[in-house]
Amino acid sequence: MKRFALIAAILTAGPALAEPARVISLGGAVTEIVVALGAEDRLVARDTTSQYPERITELPDVGYVRALSAEGVLALDPDLILAEATAGPPEAVETLKAAGVDFVALPGDPSVQGVREKIAVVGTALDREEAAERLTASFDAEMDAVRKSAGAVATPKRVLFVLSLQNGRVMAGDDGSSAEAIIELAGGVNAATGFAGYKPVTDEAILAADPDVILTMDREGEMAVTKRDILAHPALGQTRAARGGALVAMDGMLLLGFGPRTPQAAQALHAALYPEAED
Amino acid sequence: MAMTSLALPDAMRRPCPPLRLGLIALLVIAAALSLGTGAAGVSLPQVLGQWLTGEEISTRDRVVLLDIRLPRLAMGLMVGAALAVAGAVMQGLFRNPLADPGIIGVGAGAGLGAVAMIVLSGFLPATIAAFFGTWLVPVAAFGGAWTATLLLYRVASRGGQVSIATLLLAGIALAALAGALTGILTYLADDAQLRDLTFWGMGSLAGASDMKLLVGGLLIGPALLLTPRLARGLNALALGEATAAHMGHDIERLKHRAVIGVAALAGAAVAMAGGIGFVGIVVPHLLRFAGGPDHKTLLVDAALLGAALLVLADLIARLVVAPAELPIGIVTAILGAPVFLWILIRRQGLGGV
Repeated sequence: MKRFALIAAILTAGPALAEPARVISLGGAVTEIVVALGAEDRLVARDTTSQYPERITELPDVGYVRALSAEGVLALDPDLILAEATAGPPEAVETLKAAGVDFVALPGDPSVQGVREKIAVVGTALDREEAAERLTASFDAEMDAVRKSAGAVATPKRVLFVLSLQNGRVMAGDDGSSAEAIIELAGGVNAATGFAGYKPVTDEAILAADPDVILTMDREGEMAVTKRDILAHPALGQTRAARGGALVAMDGMLLLGFGPRTPQAAQALHAALYPEAED
Repeated sequence: MAMTSLALPDAMRRPCPPLRLGLIALLVIAAALSLGTGAAGVSLPQVLGQWLTGEEISTRDRVVLLDIRLPRLAMGLMVGAALAVAGAVMQGLFRNPLADPGIIGVGAGAGLGAVAMIVLSGFLPATIAAFFGTWLVPVAAFGGAWTATLLLYRVASRGGQVSIATLLLAGIALAALAGALTGILTYLADDAQLRDLTFWGMGSLAGASDMKLLVGGLLIGPALLLTPRLARGLNALALGEATAAHMGHDIERLKHRAVIGVAALAGAAVAMAGGIGFVGIVVPHLLRFAGGPDHKTLLVDAALLGAALLVLADLIARLVVAPAELPIGIVTAILGAPVFLWILIRRQGLGGV
């Protein structure tokens, strides 16, 4: 009965709640979309993966998106939570919904269409449909430009994405990974194939793949994959990429986030892959 | 008759000794802190005041108290008591202060079950997945814990007798096997699953739900009430198996009950809350230190102290990085490991060095 009363209250209060005032955004790409739609002033918190634009990191961090604390999130009094598809644990999400918070889970597809869907859903949830349409239009236009450059490539370069290089073990991005998706958007082909996701790859497979370019994330600290590490690695160091010095490092969230900056990421990667094509 | 066989341990009939009183006080304080403190800033006196004066309590405050903190508290009490008592029973059974439920394969089996479910649940028929819902992982963890325990018990039993040494060695072998299988599944896991199984391994009380508490309570409650009956047997066992048998104790029955009890307690605890270390080892140690080795008091005190410490550990886990939260296994390890080392040093008589 109480639940029905609550639902009824929410339904009748609908028009008044049209512009949710306190929004929590979970997921780097989601946060970027919220900012791009001009709703940044409504954000009261974000998750660990939301790092762009940098000023967003001044907001409270509710933790890792798959291990949320229901009470921590409620403490911020949100009336809308925009979350990437993996947000959890399910119990925390259920509790948040029970507390009367609108919880919108976004599609998580690492593709151009996936970004367009995310923009549309966030736009509806924030009651910013027009801004969302404008953002989608500019996103499409930028994507078209990238597609044009990528389409002009005669012989696509074979790119190996190295996620990490711990204890000499190469973790590469394979079939269906967001790394593969962005490499293809930039007009390259993924040199690591055979299994789904990010996986350790044997040295021999790397030698056999012999990529033209090695792509990494330019992060700092222990997880960083440095140029020196790559050149010193028994397999990576022998590849065409290493011998030709074709090592590309890019910002991880930009590269793999699949948000509104994806055309920029694809364009930057394209330029890095085909420097000779630059006018 | 049922009453006499379910008789409370002697220690509970006598006037409460100071240690017991202290533990009860600690438990009450821990519970009150756990209910009254948290990121959302909902305070117990304020809500109680509103309730008493008939003032309306906001949905948010009600959800925070009744749907978040109360189930967490209940789960913390249950899991803490279960882990500590399971540890005390194991240490008594193996006559080894380092024993914990992991030795009879509970941890390895539960871990394998949980990881298998996290990685492979996508292959389950949708109807089964929908039926179990968020239960999939806890059920699989419990199933894994029990399968491992029963398997080990089978291996260690010969002609109705259980060899403690074989139980220990087979436990090591089975843990290695379960570890390898877990490794295969870890390899197969995708990025998101990897993170899920890492977090499962570090434990959390965040997933407390009414159903989980009910089912966990049905396993842990009776097991907690029955374990004090093992006290006399475990005390006798401390003198050696032969001596205990001469004293008229049915040692095989004792071993049987102890293993079943530990599998129920630790299996349910791990299934509910994931990997939480050190409670099972440290709590019995602290108590032997403070109150002596008598299992009649040790088993009951372990339940009290285990419950109180886990509730406090959860409070820390919820507060230090608020509005986010730490996995509780990290907190128990950070607090438990140094305490354990300290106890070992004291035992060695190196305290003054």
